[in-house]
Amino acid sequence: MAKIELTRNPFIKNMLKSRYPQLAVFIVMLVGYIFAILAGLIGTPVGSHNFSIVFVWIAWWAILILVAVPFFGRGWCAVCPIPLPGEWLQRGAVLSPPDKRPKWLNLCVPKFFRNIWLQNISFLLLALFSTVLLTTPNITGIILAVMLFGSIGLSTIFERRAFCRYLCPVGGFIGLYSQTAPIELRIKDKQMCVKCEGKPCYNGSANGYGCPWDVFPGGLTKNTYCGLCMECIRTCPHDNIAINLRPFSADLAKPSTRTDEAFKAFIMLGSSMIYAGVLLGPWGAFKDAAYYVGSSAWFIYAIIFLAIIFVILPGFFILGILKTNSTLSLKQRFVSLATALIPLGLMFWVAFSLSFVLTNASYILASLSDPLGLGWNLLGTANLPWQPMLTSILAPAQTLALVGGLIWSVRTSQKAANEIKTSSTPVIVFCFINTLVMLWLLL
Amino acid sequence: MAGLVVAFAPLPVQPIAAQVRTIRIDARQFAYSPSELKVNPGDTVNFQLVSTDVVHGLYVDGYDISIEADPGQTRTLSFVADQPGSFRFHCNVTCGAMHPFMIGRLTVGKNNWLIRSVGLAMLAIVGVVVSIKPKA
Repeated sequence: MAKIELTRNPFIKNMLKSRYPQLAVFIVMLVGYIFAILAGLIGTPVGSHNFSIVFVWIAWWAILILVAVPFFGRGWCAVCPIPLPGEWLQRGAVLSPPDKRPKWLNLCVPKFFRNIWLQNISFLLLALFSTVLLTTPNITGIILAVMLFGSIGLSTIFERRAFCRYLCPVGGFIGLYSQTAPIELRIKDKQMCVKCEGKPCYNGSANGYGCPWDVFPGGLTKNTYCGLCMECIRTCPHDNIAINLRPFSADLAKPSTRTDEAFKAFIMLGSSMIYAGVLLGPWGAFKDAAYYVGSSAWFIYAIIFLAIIFVILPGFFILGILKTNSTLSLKQRFVSLATALIPLGLMFWVAFSLSFVLTNASYILASLSDPLGLGWNLLGTANLPWQPMLTSILAPAQTLALVGGLIWSVRTSQKAANEIKTSSTPVIVFCFINTLVMLWLLL
Repeated sequence: MAGLVVAFAPLPVQPIAAQVRTIRIDARQFAYSPSELKVNPGDTVNFQLVSTDVVHGLYVDGYDISIEADPGQTRTLSFVADQPGSFRFHCNVTCGAMHPFMIGRLTVGKNNWLIRSVGLAMLAIVGVVVSIKPKA
């Protein structure tokens, strides 16, 4: 399938070039985000009746993992409100043309941190406390506030969107999985970028800001680090930036070469399986261990959690590829072949989220009517009883997601193995065994 | 085609005489005990729900039936297990922070959907590997 350039459509192009449609969405999102913080802090402590829990961990999560990431890649980042206040402060402006004088420290992020290891760590920190985070409104409120103020703080110290690029726990996995999405921002003509003076897409101009994600669009080959903020569409003087529709997982044709990204794939794969077992499984002891943070059982849970992600899964993967013939080092093979785990992990999350979201979606209407759990009934839906939705199609949908993910990852592993001239068989076996485990956990 | 056969072809069923099964289920924050239950298709099932701390409920997916029990109280839910498969049961009364994850599992007969799904996964692997051979 050839690419289709969406920005050829004048309506789409004008919508993306204008700052106002994006600003309108940003403001709605920011108001919702601040309301979620307040609801978490001052609303009812009953999670299933509090806007912060219901809207963040059920509604937003469902939209993110079932729609936004698979179909729009970093589409969420394009409208995420977290970096906004920091960015406005950093620029000293909301919409007006940029002033070249830096308003704050405007430091470069040190080279040591210019990878996604901090995002891996921030995700794992949240993951280890996730049972408390998912169920306790004030903890959710505090974490949302910490992310907002953390982003503001980093914007005053470092240039561009340092929080989004290097620290956001959500942005890390969105970036990884955005490689599978059928949408991309790319340049049209490479020579145009080579000849372009001043590189306004990266450095900014009177028409807009330099890339907030610290990416030079002329060098973009995958979606991972492009936040789809559309700034380069506004600044490019040659109309050389396009938003394209493309086949799914086009970026995965070239295997990854980075260890931090490879481990991100293991972190996400392992987390989805652990959550499926702990949160959706019938084993009360696991839930107790995950919930009672600080207890000895929790420490054992945390050790097992980290061991699965950093030792057991990568260990079996390495054992599988250890004896394969290749001219590349084991580390290079590990990193390249881990690319196959990206579609597998995404579909594991889809299957897990289907169960979690369909079971709890009925809380959304009740929460809309009484967002703080204070006994309001704004829409007349506050007292709707809890009722799981679409349970008859849940198991087939999960099978479809998991088997579809397996097929997708097998194809990806064949392509990756072909690129580095080695066998894909161990990776296929690894993906198959993990899929069996996930099927057993969810079905 | 093979996928459709694996997904929908009838599986052999060993006829087992239906029984009346009475199962006591203790509910506490945030777990059932026992939490994994197995009955045979056609069995008449009596769940005796005993709540040991706060008010708990029990809702069975697929059967769309439920009961609630106050602390110390025993409530009975009776039904005929006429749908084979694996079903989650959930607490349907908000009982604390981890309430949405208070879950058990009821298996009626064999978990045929899991068996079919494993079959589909194997078929998928064979299909992809055979149909698309990697370039030399």
